Amino acid sequence: MHLKVNGKMRKYTGPAFKRLIDVLREDLRLTGVKEGCGEGECGACTVLADGRPVNSCLIPVAQMEGKTIQTVESLGTPEKLSPLQQAFLRHGAAQCGMCTPGMLLSAQALIRAKKAKTPQDIRKGLSGNLCRCTGYQHIIDAVQETAKKALKR
Amino acid sequence: MDFVGKDPLRRDGPRKLTGDERYIDDIDLPGCLHGVTLRSTIAYGRIRAIRFDSAFPWDQCVIAKAQDIPGENFVTLIEKDQPLLASDKIMHPMEPILLMAHQDRALAYAALEHIHVDYETLEPVYAIKDSLAVRQKLFGASNIFKEFHVEKGSLDDGWSRSQVIIEGVYRVPHQEQAYIENNGMAAYIDDKGVLTVIGSLQCPYYVHKALKQMFRLDDGHVRVIQAATGGGFGGKEDYPSLIAGHAALLAMKARRPVKIIYDRQEDMAATTKRHPALIHHKTGLTRDGKLVAQDIDITMDGGAYATLSSVVLSRATLHATGPYTCPNVRVRSRVVATNTPPNGAFRGFGAPQTLFAAELHFEKIAKVLGKDPLALKRANLYRKGSITLTGQRLQDSVGATEVIDRTLGASRYQQKRKAFERWNKDARKPTWRGIGLAIVHHGAGFTGSGEVYLASRAAVSIDKEAKFEILAASTEIGQGTQTVLAQIVADTLKVPLARVDVPLPDTNHVPDSGPTVASRTCMVVGGLLKRAAQDLKSQATKALGRVPKNPTDWRRAARILCGDNPRRRFETSYKKPAHVEWDDATYKGDAYGVYSYGAAAVEVEVDKTTYAVQATRLTTAQDIGKAIHPRLAKGQMIGGLAQGIGYALLEYPIFKDGRMVNAQLTNYIIPTAADIPPMVAYIIEKPYRDGPFGAKGVGELPMDITAPAIAAAIHHATGRLITSLPILPEDILNAMHPQKEQV
Repeated sequence: MHLKVNGKMRKYTGPAFKRLIDVLREDLRLTGVKEGCGEGECGACTVLADGRPVNSCLIPVAQMEGKTIQTVESLGTPEKLSPLQQAFLRHGAAQCGMCTPGMLLSAQALIRAKKAKTPQDIRKGLSGNLCRCTGYQHIIDAVQETAKKALKR
Repeated sequence: MDFVGKDPLRRDGPRKLTGDERYIDDIDLPGCLHGVTLRSTIAYGRIRAIRFDSAFPWDQCVIAKAQDIPGENFVTLIEKDQPLLASDKIMHPMEPILLMAHQDRALAYAALEHIHVDYETLEPVYAIKDSLAVRQKLFGASNIFKEFHVEKGSLDDGWSRSQVIIEGVYRVPHQEQAYIENNGMAAYIDDKGVLTVIGSLQCPYYVHKALKQMFRLDDGHVRVIQAATGGGFGGKEDYPSLIAGHAALLAMKARRPVKIIYDRQEDMAATTKRHPALIHHKTGLTRDGKLVAQDIDITMDGGAYATLSSVVLSRATLHATGPYTCPNVRVRSRVVATNTPPNGAFRGFGAPQTLFAAELHFEKIAKVLGKDPLALKRANLYRKGSITLTGQRLQDSVGATEVIDRTLGASRYQQKRKAFERWNKDARKPTWRGIGLAIVHHGAGFTGSGEVYLASRAAVSIDKEAKFEILAASTEIGQGTQTVLAQIVADTLKVPLARVDVPLPDTNHVPDSGPTVASRTCMVVGGLLKRAAQDLKSQATKALGRVPKNPTDWRRAARILCGDNPRRRFETSYKKPAHVEWDDATYKGDAYGVYSYGAAAVEVEVDKTTYAVQATRLTTAQDIGKAIHPRLAKGQMIGGLAQGIGYALLEYPIFKDGRMVNAQLTNYIIPTAADIPPMVAYIIEKPYRDGPFGAKGVGELPMDITAPAIAAAIHHATGRLITSLPILPEDILNAMHPQKEQV
């Protein structure tokens, strides 16, 4: 089968019921996708499928045929961070970094959907992504600031 | 100061934000096998036999048992009681018995299903009271891993001067660290025959020491490297030594690299938790609310092995009075053995348990005396010159009053208190509202003479191009170690931050700076590095004939200092501050060089129908001496408070037959962004003379504050003082309608 991942068509020939997270991490070596719980609770494995955040630990890869998948690797590079990544960095929104890729992707989807207007919206929108380090405040601040700038543009 | 007190971008930020950072599960090791662990299904007993299904293709697997351990079958920590692999006696559920490695992770797990352990079961002990009654002998003759008895003044005098005496009992449960990255470790023998482990850990030299004994190897034949680590909170202080030993044993047998990565269930069910505790307070006061006697009794559940329990108990004991001074005090404490997985380090290390009791007991006293809890606390609060339980005179850097004042002002505590009381009088409102305030202290660094015994070392080196490197075993686990240590060194040398490199610790490369625990990294190791940098700078000044000011100066000085070597290293070791005196035998003196102080006001709203509690706003002020990096410091302050919200309202490990049955994030609930209120944090800086730039500890302090503040807020909202954690809706229901408890 074929998957469009981070803008590139990728061929996959393994078992159809392999979890999407394992295909991304093991077959495509996209290790920015993190596993925290393996049961869809923590959101560390969040990727965007056709722009919508999904838990890649719950999805058999077969369901992704023909879909466009985005992982954290598509957002920016250490040398050239995206505006959201820059805001996370400035605000101290990443600490241990394990929830960060999933959190960024959920936040990116929220901002694109214009659902990040108030801190309450953002808290609700990110409540599928657990962070144990930050207490979320700096994450909320970074997302709110980025959303505000995105709306102005 | 160019960097200290400012917020340079964190070192590891860009890698973590792009998926570039390599955690242990992201690191490729050619030919690596996956290791898994066969664990006990009973709580107490003996192994009779281990049977392998004959039909299974065992030739594809590598199996390691206790008999394969070349050295001592113990995980060295404080007591030698915990085996790396159980060979005979089983002391708790989830105890490792046998290891298996396979090329395919799923098949390794599948293979475990084809191994059967026959047990002889014994009657287990789960309850503290059964352990104390010695229903079974689990540890020594008494089942007590450690006990303390600390006294100040005379309790008899205290009781005779008391005009009121108030008692209270407080209970706190286990708590799971719930770092988002599960434990993981890889091991291999390198081409020089050195046993090398790399993984998720807080304390490289703890693992190093444990491996040397298990494998009977000398310093030069064991190497421990930290991989990027996705959170620790104490949970990666001691258990990684076991996993490292397991991976190493398999790697030796397989003659190939072996990686062991726990899944969430295994991590939660098998690894350490915060110690549950039962705390009794009996307090004598004058009628106007001055403390005259405190008698405090603490019992903690240590689980099946001693691990770090004795030091957790020590910190619990030394913080038991709260930040209050009283002339006559007795604290008695003990930690006992039960047939449950060993408890261990978790941010706060005993203090959150006893500070919860101390703070909430003040709520109770206030209620009984009909006084304002805050006024009562203020009347007894630590200030400069106060004498603590151990006879320590608090000298400078005592910010207890300041953190209260700032929290009160910023939270508009008094106005809110009145407004909420008006709200609560209106029966038509769907909720009750409340605001509670707690104040705590937390000693930074190891207790008593602990730092002297640790004798930590750290170094700064310079190469010929005048690039600097920090050599310390302190790990970056999310808190910002790399950034903060670089700021301290760059400011001391007066060189650009970018010239100072901070690699992840590798025991082949860095000296033993002690463990990354006890709020000691910035204050203690930062202090060592500041001295090393000062030494480097004075040697550079001597070499150059003047103070190096620009890159050209530094390069010239560097070439002279390095001579024929590629680098020159300047190392310092711990020196006890002159003012710190401690006697281990009597537990008298300066229990800690200094304390940090924190206060928080939490507002809650309790639904009258569902009894669900929502924290709606949190304001905190914390005296941490000096914030080297204010934004990272606030990250610690707020992040610790959030873990406290979980401790207070959500997190409840349920044990059945000695085993955690909700070992999943589905039913062990940690706070989401929606559970956490907006938080505002203020830094108070009362500098500590022996900390770098005045800094003292920040990591653990916030963990102590939230739970008692929330319990106080719920008390304010509902009029019910609930003295056990977590406070669940059903607890409030039962407190509001005691008769319904029987339903």
